[in-house]
Amino acid sequence: MAPLLNVRNMTHFFGGLRAVSDFNLTIEPGEIRGLIGPNGAGKTTVFNLITGVYNPTEGVVELEGENIKGVETHRIADMGLGRTFQNLALWRHMNVIDHIRMAHYSQLTYGLLGAFFGTPKCRQQEKEVLDNSYKLLELFDIDQFATHNIGNLPYGAQRRVEMARAMATRPKILFLDEPTAGMTPDELIRMIEIIRQVHRDFGVAIFMIEHRMKFVMDLCESIQTMVFGEVIAEGPPEVIQNNPEVIEAYLGKEDLH
Amino acid sequence: MDKLKKLFKPFSVVPLAGWFLGVFSAVLMEFYLGDLISYYLYLPKIPVLFGALFMLKTPLMIPSALAYDLVIYVVPVFLVARVTAPLTNQLAEQLERMPLWLATLLHLAAFYVILSMWAGINDYRVLIVKLTMISIILTLSLNVINGYQGEFSCSHPGFMALGAYASSTLTLLLFANDKMFGEPLLNPALGPWLFPLVLIIGGGVAALGSLIVAVPSFRTRGDYLAIISLAFLFIVKSAIENLEIVGGPRGMSSQPNYATLTVVFVWMALCIWIVHNFTTSVLGKALNAVRDNEPAANSMTVNTRKTKMTAFMFGAFWAGVAGGLFAHVLRYVNPGTFSLNKLAEILAMVYFGGLNSIYGSIVGAVSISVLSEALRPLELFKWIIIPLILILVMIFRPHGLISFTELNVKELMRPRNKERAGGVE
Repeated sequence: MAPLLNVRNMTHFFGGLRAVSDFNLTIEPGEIRGLIGPNGAGKTTVFNLITGVYNPTEGVVELEGENIKGVETHRIADMGLGRTFQNLALWRHMNVIDHIRMAHYSQLTYGLLGAFFGTPKCRQQEKEVLDNSYKLLELFDIDQFATHNIGNLPYGAQRRVEMARAMATRPKILFLDEPTAGMTPDELIRMIEIIRQVHRDFGVAIFMIEHRMKFVMDLCESIQTMVFGEVIAEGPPEVIQNNPEVIEAYLGKEDLH
Repeated sequence: MDKLKKLFKPFSVVPLAGWFLGVFSAVLMEFYLGDLISYYLYLPKIPVLFGALFMLKTPLMIPSALAYDLVIYVVPVFLVARVTAPLTNQLAEQLERMPLWLATLLHLAAFYVILSMWAGINDYRVLIVKLTMISIILTLSLNVINGYQGEFSCSHPGFMALGAYASSTLTLLLFANDKMFGEPLLNPALGPWLFPLVLIIGGGVAALGSLIVAVPSFRTRGDYLAIISLAFLFIVKSAIENLEIVGGPRGMSSQPNYATLTVVFVWMALCIWIVHNFTTSVLGKALNAVRDNEPAANSMTVNTRKTKMTAFMFGAFWAGVAGGLFAHVLRYVNPGTFSLNKLAEILAMVYFGGLNSIYGSIVGAVSISVLSEALRPLELFKWIIIPLILILVMIFRPHGLISFTELNVKELMRPRNKERAGGVE
């Protein structure tokens, strides 16, 4: 059987700049994988290439054996690839519950005319979506904010809204782009729990970019390290931690003065 | 400000039905006693728009006109509304137990009766009311594009023109005996019944035309799209000016009198209802998602192209319907109407009332159209006062008077005799 996500020799150029070269990745159902690397290594670009924001110059990208290279982002998301963003991409004039409702977009079948005239089918589906949204909010422990405007939430809660929103699209793989960026130590511990919980309850595979070593080491079964668009090391956390090339990329050479 | 609040406190127990009763009694009073009272106040006839025209034309009449307003409107409205509050609250409780749609329809019917009685005093009022209701449709439809969807579209008069011309051509061709198209093709008696269909076709033509603006919106936003949409407006206008078959710059006239007060009112109510349904559904919320963060919307499975196209076509459809009604209310239409002035007027209504809000659109459309009618005697100064008000609103409330709120009919109609748990703002 084909792996859940299969990326082969993915290469991308921004003009003459080789942003990502020969990226390979296989994710099996239920796996948690990490992607680390110094700033500007091209980690987020990898995310954007796989999720269809950019179209890779070369290579193969397949989700459950189906080609998703060059497919529109919303189609890829619908096929089961959910994501969060590095710098929170929330809708600033919307309240929390509407964020979660919104992510059910592709699951609705009542059509525009249904929406215009509020047909029974429309009301039925909208109610299901609303109930499901509240369930998700409870799961992520943000139900007390349901009708608040998103801008009034504490930062950690906003991150959780983003996760809940991504889960509402019913993903098979969840891409997390620096899920702990800007979080306090307390919020960080909470986030580890949440990610474990999501992984356990929904059985999704997770692929995350993260800078905090402790976090990645705790959660991931396998880690890739990227430097200047190339993967320089791949393996279980303990191996990566002691890999001299990785240490060099992060801390510099020992004999440098 | 606090004093003002104190003054209005006794009236916080009056439900919507109570206000209706108050206004109804005022209208009734004007209907029976208006002539008499205006005679004793030395007014030549019943003031049309609360005496604004008298006051601005002859300042000496200001006291009489104000006295008339006080006696006929202010006192009965507030007095009756407050005195009958216990009664109307009971009524509101009864209504609350009914299904929401029935209660809403009853309120609408009551409102229609009041409006038609008030307007029935003379033809000028009927015209103002019709044009105001058309403005509400226009403002709502532009709010869908500029507010909910967040593009800055300047082509609304163009969509309106498409609808106006398409429906005028149809009615003149099919139901009227006129010098342009000659004998009617169908029995004119069918006209009023097929008029809704004609309006829908007009809206459809406008919706198709809007694709010319919608497709570039996939690639560009903001200023550039505003310029493209402005170009579209000019294209439509000059195309019509050069089409001899629809009268060129002279326009089309003698449309049949199908757009009665009832017809316009029903279309306005329909428009509010559909816009409300759409913008509260997930498909409609997608407009907001695309506005606030397009990449995020895309990643949450929202088809952003379809969403943009929907917003434009939906907005344009209603602009086309409004254009059709407009042409049949004035029974005359020429390309000069759909100029930059019209655009400024609609934009002012949207931004004055408030973005992303049905209440806002209604308030904006009503206040700007009534104000511009009331200030008509000032001629040139009218166009100094209205923009000035707009600037003041923009300074103190940059998103408009009532922005980013959802229409809540249940809350609007609820009885006010007891405090609701958590429901009081």
